[in-house]
Amino acid sequence: MSKYVGQSLKRVEDPRFIQGKGKYVANLSLPGMGYMAIKRSPYAHATINSIDASEALALDGVIAVFTGEDLLADGIGPLPCGWQVPDLKIPVQNAIATEKVRHVGDRVAVVVAESPYIAADALDLIDVDYDPLPAVTDAKAAAQDGAPLVHDEIENNVSYVWELGTKDEYEAALNDSDHVIELDLINQRLIATAMEPRACVAQWNSFTEDMTLWTTSQNPNLIRVVMSAFTLQVPEHKLRVISPDVGGGFGSKLPHYPEEILVPWAARKLDMPIKWVSTRSEAAVSDTQGRDHVTTAKMAFNNDGKITGIGVETWANNGAYLSLVAPLIPTAFYITLLSGLYKVPAVYGKAIGTLSHTVWVDAYRGAGRPEASYLLERLVMMAAQKLGMDGMEFRRLNAIPADEFPYQTPVALSYDSGNYAGLFDKAEELAGYADLLQERDAARAEGRVVGIGIAGCIEASGPAPSAVAGALGGVTGFWEAGTIRLHPTGKVTVLTGSHTHGQGHETTFAQIVADELGIPPEDIDIVHGDTAVITNGMGTYGSRSASVGGSALVVAARKVRDKAIKLAAHQLEAAEEDMVFNQETGDIYVNGAPDRATSIGAMAFAAYTAHNLPEGMEPGMEEDAYYDPANFTYPNSAHIAMVEVDKDTGETKILKYIAVDDVGNVINPMIVEAQISGGIAQGVGQALWENTVYDADGQLLSGTLLDYAVPRADGFPDFKIDRTITPSPHNPLGVKGVGEMGTIASTPTIANAVMDALEPMGISHLDIPLTAQKLHGAMQGTAVSAD
Amino acid sequence: MYPPKFDYHRAGSVEEALAMRKEHDGKFLAGGHSLIPVMKLRLADPGCLVDISRIDNLKGICPDGDTVKIGALTTHAMVASSGEVPEALPEAAKMIGDPMVRNRGTVGGNVAHADPASDLPTVLTALGASMQITGEDGSRSVGADDFFTDLFETVLGEDELLTGVTVPAKTAGTGTAYAKLPNPASRYAIVGAAASISVADGKCTAASVAIGGLLPATTRANAVEAALVGQEMTDANIKAAAAAIADSLGDDVMGDIHASADYRKAMAPVMIARAVKTAVGRA
Repeated sequence: MSKYVGQSLKRVEDPRFIQGKGKYVANLSLPGMGYMAIKRSPYAHATINSIDASEALALDGVIAVFTGEDLLADGIGPLPCGWQVPDLKIPVQNAIATEKVRHVGDRVAVVVAESPYIAADALDLIDVDYDPLPAVTDAKAAAQDGAPLVHDEIENNVSYVWELGTKDEYEAALNDSDHVIELDLINQRLIATAMEPRACVAQWNSFTEDMTLWTTSQNPNLIRVVMSAFTLQVPEHKLRVISPDVGGGFGSKLPHYPEEILVPWAARKLDMPIKWVSTRSEAAVSDTQGRDHVTTAKMAFNNDGKITGIGVETWANNGAYLSLVAPLIPTAFYITLLSGLYKVPAVYGKAIGTLSHTVWVDAYRGAGRPEASYLLERLVMMAAQKLGMDGMEFRRLNAIPADEFPYQTPVALSYDSGNYAGLFDKAEELAGYADLLQERDAARAEGRVVGIGIAGCIEASGPAPSAVAGALGGVTGFWEAGTIRLHPTGKVTVLTGSHTHGQGHETTFAQIVADELGIPPEDIDIVHGDTAVITNGMGTYGSRSASVGGSALVVAARKVRDKAIKLAAHQLEAAEEDMVFNQETGDIYVNGAPDRATSIGAMAFAAYTAHNLPEGMEPGMEEDAYYDPANFTYPNSAHIAMVEVDKDTGETKILKYIAVDDVGNVINPMIVEAQISGGIAQGVGQALWENTVYDADGQLLSGTLLDYAVPRADGFPDFKIDRTITPSPHNPLGVKGVGEMGTIASTPTIANAVMDALEPMGISHLDIPLTAQKLHGAMQGTAVSAD
Repeated sequence: MYPPKFDYHRAGSVEEALAMRKEHDGKFLAGGHSLIPVMKLRLADPGCLVDISRIDNLKGICPDGDTVKIGALTTHAMVASSGEVPEALPEAAKMIGDPMVRNRGTVGGNVAHADPASDLPTVLTALGASMQITGEDGSRSVGADDFFTDLFETVLGEDELLTGVTVPAKTAGTGTAYAKLPNPASRYAIVGAAASISVADGKCTAASVAIGGLLPATTRANAVEAALVGQEMTDANIKAAAAAIADSLGDDVMGDIHASADYRKAMAPVMIARAVKTAVGRA
C-alpha cells in the first residue's frame, strides 16, 4: 500500500539549511527599511513617572520614538487571551506598557532608526524615570496575602482556579489505602532558547492599504486572525502574514507577540518598511517561557502494588501577563494527564494560575504534559521503593491492559490505543534490564554512585477536536486545512496550514501525498507559512502536524484521486466501481483489463483541457479539506537510563539511555528518531542543567547563555531508540504525535536515575535541575541553596 | 547585538600598535572573543580599537632551549594541538569555548583579559611562566605569579602590550596537568587547578600548583606545594596535601547561581588532587 510512508527519505529541506541558504525573517531586507529597537524595563515592578525621548530624537538617523500613549491614541488593542477557563481574570496587556512596568523586559518605548546601530544607540538616550516597587516572582508566594500585586484589579494575583477529577473518590482513596505518599515538588521555569531568535518585518502599502508581516511564528494564520480581530485591526483580507523558514519554536513562537503589533503599526504610521530582530538577551526577557509549577502531589496505593488514587494542588506561574494560550497549559493539558499510563480509579487535580513579576509563561515542548509525567513518575518510583518492588514490575502491574482501549480516564480523556505492557517489555529487552541492574550493583560495590531510572509516559497530542477544545475554554477551532493542487502536467502543489520550523514537513508531507496519489515525492512541493497562498490553518504545536495537518492532506488527496478515477471511468467507458488505482504508480485501469489504462497524471491534463468530462464535473484538479480530529492521539513511551554521579563533584554523567516509544504508524523513521533524540536532550536539560533564576527583586540572573545551561551534544551517550506501534484508530494515517514525547519522558527518566543513585544514601527526592552543586550538597548531607 | 560606535585602526607592528593606541586612546583587539561580546552587550565602550591580530611575528610557538615561547597572538587551537609545550597547556586550551572560539581566541588576549574563571592564567601560573611585555620604553618580563593582580586586572600598563608568554620546556621527571569543574553553561572554570610536579623515586621533589575560578585572580597554592614535596605520591598523600588549600583561600571566594562560595571551596581540593594525580602520572 505504501511506497513512501515508512521510508527514511532524506530531508529535502536540509541542503538549504546546512549551506546557509535558508530564508529567515532576519535575512529579509526591503528598500528604505527602518530598524526598530525596543526600550525595555530594567525593573521587575515600577511606576513610570515620565519618559523623555528628546535626546534620542535629536540623534542623527533616528526617525521616531513611540510610547504606549501613542499606541493607545491609535486605538491599538490589548493582546487577547485565547484560552478562557471559567472565571478567568485577564490582565490588560498593551504592546507597550503605560503607567507601570511589570517584569524585567516589559516594553516602555520603541525607536525607529535608519540602522540597527543607531536604533541601539538611541535606546541609551531615552530617559525613563521610574519608581521601583516590590516584586514577587514565585508561583505560590504570589498568591499569599500581602504579596505585591501585579495588576491592582486581580486579587491575590490569582488569575484562575481550575479543578478536574473525582475528588470524593480521591479523598476516599487517601483514607482507605494502605499507603499514601505526599511529595512537594517544583517544576522549574525554563527559557525556550530556540536557535533562531524572534524577528518581524512589516511592509505597508498606503495605496491598497495592504499590510504584509513577516514573522517567526508557528501559526501565521492564527496570528492573522488575532491581529485582525483584536490588536492591529487591519481587516483580515488586507493582512498577509508570512512565516518563512523558522529556526525552532518549542512553543515559544506560538503566541501572538507585542512586536507583531509594534512593527506593522510603526510601518503604517511612518509609511515605511520596518524590521525588528530580537537579540539573545532580549529573547530571555521577552519570549514566553515554560513550566514553573509549585506542586503538592499525593499518591495512594495498596500493599498489592495497585495505585488507588492520585491528586495534586499546583500553583502555576503565568508571569506578568497572560500569553495567548497560557491558561490551557496548567489546566486541560496537565490535570487530564495525571494518571499517565496507569489504571488509577480516582484522580483529582487543582491548578491555581498566578501572576508574578516575571516574563510570561506559555506552551513549551510538552506543555503541561511533562509536568504531569514528571510528578507521576517520581511518585511511581517512590511507591515502588516503599513496597520493595522493582520499578518495571510496579509499572507493568498498574498499566492499562491492552484490551481495555479505548480507555476512559477519570479526568476527561479517552485514550485511543496502546499496549503499555508490551511497551515496557520491549524497553526492558532493549535495555537488557536485568544485566543493567547487575551492572549498577557491581558499580555500587566499587563505591560508585550509580542509578537506574525508568519512566513510562503518555501525551495527549494532536489538539484537538474543536468541540472539546471549545468546551474546555478554547476560543478557536483546532482543525487543520490542506489543499492538493494537481497541475495539468501531473506535478503537485500542496498547501498546508501546518508550519514547519525544524520538523521536516516538506519531506514527510510529500511522502503522505505521494502514496495517496501515486506520484513520486520529488514531483510534490509542500507550501506553508503564507496566508496569501495557503487556504487556512491553525499551525503547529502540541505534536499535531502529522495527525491533524497530515490527515487533512490525506482527505484532500483522496478527493483528487476520486475525481481522477471518476474521470478515468468516464473516458475508458467503464463503471467507476470497476476502476483500479495503483497507488505505487498512479496508474488507473479497468479491473481485469489492465490494458484499458490511463494514469492520474493524464487525468489531470484531461481535467484541465476539459474536452471530455462527465456530466456535472467541473474542470480542474484541486481539492481542499478541513480536518477536525475525532480525538487526541496518545503516544506513549518507556525510557530507561543509567547514570553515574561523581561523588566528589556532584556532576551527573549519563551512561546509557534507552527509549521505546509508541507514536503509532511512522511516516519517516529517520525523522521520528531525530525528533525523539532531540526531545530526550531537551528534557535532560531540564533534569540536570537548565534553570531560570530570578533574584528577590525580580532580576533575571540567568539571562544569557553564559548562565543558562542548555544541553550540548557532549553531555550524552548514543541513545538506543526503538518503538512499538499501535496505530491511532481515528485518523487515516494511524499516526500519533512524536515531537514532544522524548522531552516528556526524559526528564523523569533522568531524575529517577539520579534519585536511584542517591537512594542508598537515604535521599528520596530533590527538585530538578539536579545540578552538581545540589547533588554534592545532598551527598554531603548539607542543603546548598541555588543562590 | 550592536556595539556602540568605535574607530578602528590596524597595526602592522608592535611599535605601530603602541603608537596608535597612545594617539587614539584605544584598546587593543586581538581575537576579539572577550572584548567584542562585552561591547555588543554595551558593557564596554572603548571608542577606538587598535587591531593587533595581523602582527605576524606575535603568532606561533617557538621552542628555545629549556623554554618555549608562545606568541601573544597564538590561537587556543594552535596551543591545543602543540606537542612542544607542557601537557597542561594543550589540555586546558582544548577546554576553552568551542572550535570557533579556539580558532579565533588568542593566548595573549585571554591572559591580558584576566577573567578569573579563565583557564590559561591558572596553568601559566602553575608552570611558572613569564609574560613578555613591551612598552614605549622597552620590554620587561613579569612572572605569572605577579602578573595577575585582581578581577580582570594585571600589571599591564595602558601603554604596554603583552607580546608573548614563556613557559619551561617539557622536562623528564616533571609532569603537568589541568583539571577543571566547568560551569555547565559557559564552560568557564567554576574551579580550575593546574599542577607541575617533579617526581623521583616515587616521591615529589618539586611542586607548583595554582588554582583559579574561585578567587578574583588565579593564585599559587603554596600550602599544597609544601605538603606535597617529599611525599610519596600515593592517592592518600595527594588528597591530604590538596586539602591544605582550605586554609589559604581567605574570604574572597566568589559565589554565583551555579556554585556558591562553599561549593567552590569544597571543589578546590578535589580539582587540585585530580591535577596533581594526572601530573604525577605524566612525570
